[in-house]
Amino acid sequence: MSNAVSALSGAKSQGFATVEETGLRGMITLRGDLASAEIASAVKAATGAEVPAQRKVSVGDKGAVAWMSPDELLVIVAYDDALSVTAQLTEALAGVHSAVTNVSDARAVFRISGDASRDVLAKVAPVDFASDAFGVGDMRRTRISQVAAAIWGNEDGSFEVICFRSVAQYVFDVLRISAAEGGEVGFYAD
Amino acid sequence: MSTRLSTGGRLLNRSKQVSFTFNGKQMAGYEGDTLASALLANDQMLMGRSFKYHRPRGVVASGAEEPNALVNLGQGGKFEPNQRATTTELFNGLSATSQNHWPSLEMDVGVVNNYAARFLPAGFYYKTFMAPAAAWKHVFEPIVRQSAGLGKAPKDRDADRYEHFYAFFDVVVVGGGIAGLQAAKAAGEAGAKVLLMEQTAHWGGRAAVDGGTVDGQEAADYIDATVAALEAMDNVTLRNRMMGAGVYDHGYVLGYERITDHAPLLDGPRHRLWRIRAKQIVTATGAIERPLSFAGNDIPGVMLASALRDYVVNFGVSAGDRTVVVTNNDDAYRTAIALKKAGLEVPAVIDARPAGGGALMEEAKNHGIRVEVGKAIAKVKGGKRVTGVALCAQAGEGAVLEELSCDAVAMSGGWSPVVHLWSHCGGKLIWDEAQAHFRPDTSRAPTSHDGKPFVATAGSASGPLGLAEVLADAHAAGAAAAAATGAEGAASAAPTGESTAEAAMQAVWLMPQGAGPKLRMKAWLDYQNDVKVSDVRLAAQEGYESVEHTKRYTTLGMATDQGKLSNINGLAVLSDALNQPIPATGTTTFRPPYTPISMGAIAGEARDEVFQPLRRTPIHDWHEANGAFFEPVGHWRRPYCFPRTGESHAEAVTREIRQTRDSVGLLDASTLGKIIVKGPDAGKFLDMMYTNMMSTLKPGKCRYGLMCNENGFLIDDGVVARIDDETFLCHTTTGGADRIHGWMEDWLQCEWWDWKVYTANVTEQYAQIAVVGPNARKVIEKLGGEMDVSKEGLAFMEWKDGKIGAFDARAYRISFSGELSYEIAVPASQGRAFWDALLDAGKEFNIMPYGTEALHVMRAEKGFIMIGDETDGTVIPQDLNMQWAISKKKEDFLGKRAQARDHMASEDRWKLAGFETLDGSVIPDGAYIVADGSNANNQRNVQGRVTSTYYSPTLDRGIAMGLIHGGMKRLGDVVAFNKVDGGTVEAKVIDPVFYDKDGEKQNV
Repeated sequence: MSNAVSALSGAKSQGFATVEETGLRGMITLRGDLASAEIASAVKAATGAEVPAQRKVSVGDKGAVAWMSPDELLVIVAYDDALSVTAQLTEALAGVHSAVTNVSDARAVFRISGDASRDVLAKVAPVDFASDAFGVGDMRRTRISQVAAAIWGNEDGSFEVICFRSVAQYVFDVLRISAAEGGEVGFYAD
Repeated sequence: MSTRLSTGGRLLNRSKQVSFTFNGKQMAGYEGDTLASALLANDQMLMGRSFKYHRPRGVVASGAEEPNALVNLGQGGKFEPNQRATTTELFNGLSATSQNHWPSLEMDVGVVNNYAARFLPAGFYYKTFMAPAAAWKHVFEPIVRQSAGLGKAPKDRDADRYEHFYAFFDVVVVGGGIAGLQAAKAAGEAGAKVLLMEQTAHWGGRAAVDGGTVDGQEAADYIDATVAALEAMDNVTLRNRMMGAGVYDHGYVLGYERITDHAPLLDGPRHRLWRIRAKQIVTATGAIERPLSFAGNDIPGVMLASALRDYVVNFGVSAGDRTVVVTNNDDAYRTAIALKKAGLEVPAVIDARPAGGGALMEEAKNHGIRVEVGKAIAKVKGGKRVTGVALCAQAGEGAVLEELSCDAVAMSGGWSPVVHLWSHCGGKLIWDEAQAHFRPDTSRAPTSHDGKPFVATAGSASGPLGLAEVLADAHAAGAAAAAATGAEGAASAAPTGESTAEAAMQAVWLMPQGAGPKLRMKAWLDYQNDVKVSDVRLAAQEGYESVEHTKRYTTLGMATDQGKLSNINGLAVLSDALNQPIPATGTTTFRPPYTPISMGAIAGEARDEVFQPLRRTPIHDWHEANGAFFEPVGHWRRPYCFPRTGESHAEAVTREIRQTRDSVGLLDASTLGKIIVKGPDAGKFLDMMYTNMMSTLKPGKCRYGLMCNENGFLIDDGVVARIDDETFLCHTTTGGADRIHGWMEDWLQCEWWDWKVYTANVTEQYAQIAVVGPNARKVIEKLGGEMDVSKEGLAFMEWKDGKIGAFDARAYRISFSGELSYEIAVPASQGRAFWDALLDAGKEFNIMPYGTEALHVMRAEKGFIMIGDETDGTVIPQDLNMQWAISKKKEDFLGKRAQARDHMASEDRWKLAGFETLDGSVIPDGAYIVADGSNANNQRNVQGRVTSTYYSPTLDRGIAMGLIHGGMKRLGDVVAFNKVDGGTVEAKVIDPVFYDKDGEKQNV
């Protein structure tokens, strides 16, 4: 799929933390009864991950699954696998009331890395980023300044932000300005 | 004169000189100075002019409560008016100008207002309304306008940037004086997560100036040790230069951090607004000294006693060589002693109390200071500077006993706790007779969602003024706040503070107490707004009994300082005039922010490119690079047209339409809403959402549908495609995508929660491109791929998945232009490549993009309605002759019942028709169809209005749709539309389908 390009073609900005667009990511919205065994096994088969608890993201060997609402998950896989995993989930859930929708192209993904990542995010998202309140495996659906976003923390201390593709430039600009030199807060990082 | 002393100034770094300008004059100060202290050091006592009378004014305080010393600060993009000199830290290159004077601070013409003061009484502004109307226009308004405002409005764009910061704590302590430090320490030791904020650059507040000991240590040393202890605690955050601006419901606190105000050359944001959630809030905001009301108490050189002390101790600055101290309490003696110790003269302490003071008075006497008890100041002498005071008996009416020459007066009328933050969220006050002040009523604290208090006060903000009580109160407040958040650790023992015991103060609201009208007219309450004792008494005399009414009538406390100095004195005078006790009068309401905060801080980062989110389609960059003229559609920017060199927008639109009708055009339709509706009950659900029947639609087919709200009004339209048995894809209008998705979820979650339906908004998953025109099929076929797009392979109102060229495509045979048309959706990440491929393939057909205006004109030529043009929230489908899209077979749909109501079914409703002007001209947008006669308001009667009106390049004439009484029954009538120039234009009522009525062109 040589024609496929992410919204900002991997834009990157270096301030007192690094902000970069990660490129295309496979994302599938799965709606259904999250307590059902069928969904648990379909998700497990597709990603290797368990169904996450409220406001959590769980990671498997083939992908990750994020809790979005009481009846919605976000299945995250490699972009090139999105169509096949969509088909796989649809097939596994045939006969079970559910909806599997490929939304990979509707989104943009950013990574914020560096010791002061939490300070960068805390300027634009009304979330408690203290490590005891928001750690690896935590996930928030929130906002970045004026637009909807979801944020989770990675093992390596970096954070990922998903937003709608149409506002990718806005979110990148907001994060870039938030991380601009001179704006260090020294709250989460010295 | 005011001057720098050779020694002293604990906040100064005398090794570092700082230069600055005031009204263009070069001056020098030291690092650590405030602008106010540096101006005094340069003998610049006169700092501004008052608002109403343009009276000369000098600095009166040393902190946030300052009403007089307001300056225009900075230049160009860094210009800001109304900055308090007392809270402005001095930096190299600072430039300030004084405000509210013309032509100069020293020589001000507006001061004639001062001599005309008796013509500008309390309520002057309101009284002008009672004059004849002409007087307002020609006399009062020009005067009021001329005198409105203090500083100048900035002319340039703000050069700085600002930001927000969200933070969460167990306990937030506001105020870094000795009480705040102690409260934070107690809360921190108990294990709570604590934020301590202090508005100045220094910790410890007044304690280091006022003296006393803590556990045998000097107060200043105890402060240093406590700051060090707090800095060592991981669970405590200290921020100075950060003001607690406001306290709101549910523990929400705004912290206003001034990051680079003291160093404007530093990179980075100027202000940061902290948006904080706290489980408990402790306000350790201290107390503010009150002025005394005597004649001439606003003459430069009359200052608060504590401020004079601050300037000597903190900045090594004396306000004058000879300072008379006037007081009703013991604390002011500290100023007399501090001045004496600094080698300055104190001709006398005038103590209004008949018995005088206690230990501090004795200490002053031991320093050789003359003390006059039971005395008052009859008046201050001087103009732009104090030259002396006249003494009288406090109990009398002002008969002068003696005159003393002096160049400064230190006044103290007692202390009022800073209760603002306590009160912001509903904390109540009680009157403390002994201290003559309002203090927090701890039994009526602001309460949170659980009905429990979430704000407490600490230290002198609670009322007590002695160091021992202050520390005990603060320690207890900190520990209690921590415990309330569930912290289980134990704080160390409370320290013991010691300060000189003080004799009781005595309330003095007017000096002398029997002062007559002449003296009252010169006894200022509110310096910034020029409100005098006489004004408040006049308001009472004119019937203003409520303190809130009196405030607005006299403007007492309405200036930028919000009455920090004047509030209590003013309501005491009002109470006296009304012959009622002070608690019966009460206070005005305390509202955030504590002191003004910058507009920039409120806006945060939202300026320039991130002022508002801009939504971009995958093809946006191409539009931009190819000269598109954009129009906003929601947060999207859509190309209105693509003008070429030398072309007007109208010419571009005409070209785009002709090209599309004659050959082929491209439209970026990616912004159209696309919502997946899936589940066993999806058909049943859509039958409710749309007026027409959707459940009977066959997979592979498309159907146009209308959506109404439950009041029957048309809210959206679009084409629905059935994907499979359980799945539909609903197109919405561009602006309707999020709204309709929310509308669907609202019904599914709140009303029909047992229906098995899921929705997903996939608007942004696809780039959707309309390929439109007689050559559309040829262009698509040129791209190759597997998809059969022939008339038979993909018939009108069908859709199909497959490859077009190398692209994963879903093609819909739908048409909003009346031409052969394919709307093709590809994954958004391939959208730009697909657009490029279509442009390439269409070259031989002269393919070109068209914008939203061409789209609008072409749909109007076909008589297609547009949500937002033909509808405005009051239009039902029947008004638009769309009965064909309303199912009669369905038992119910949203809007069905409402549309059956009398008024909705009435023949009198304005209904849709087409119009063509007799002269071929274009009817103006928004024009009404006039009728005979006029209504009760003398307005011309109307019988309809235009909803869409364009020049049609295809017909080469003006075309229009509109709503008219009688609708299509009026066919053939000639009616008149009003025009902007006042005339009318005649038009014939015709069928609204102007082009290809039988739809042959789209169905080929």
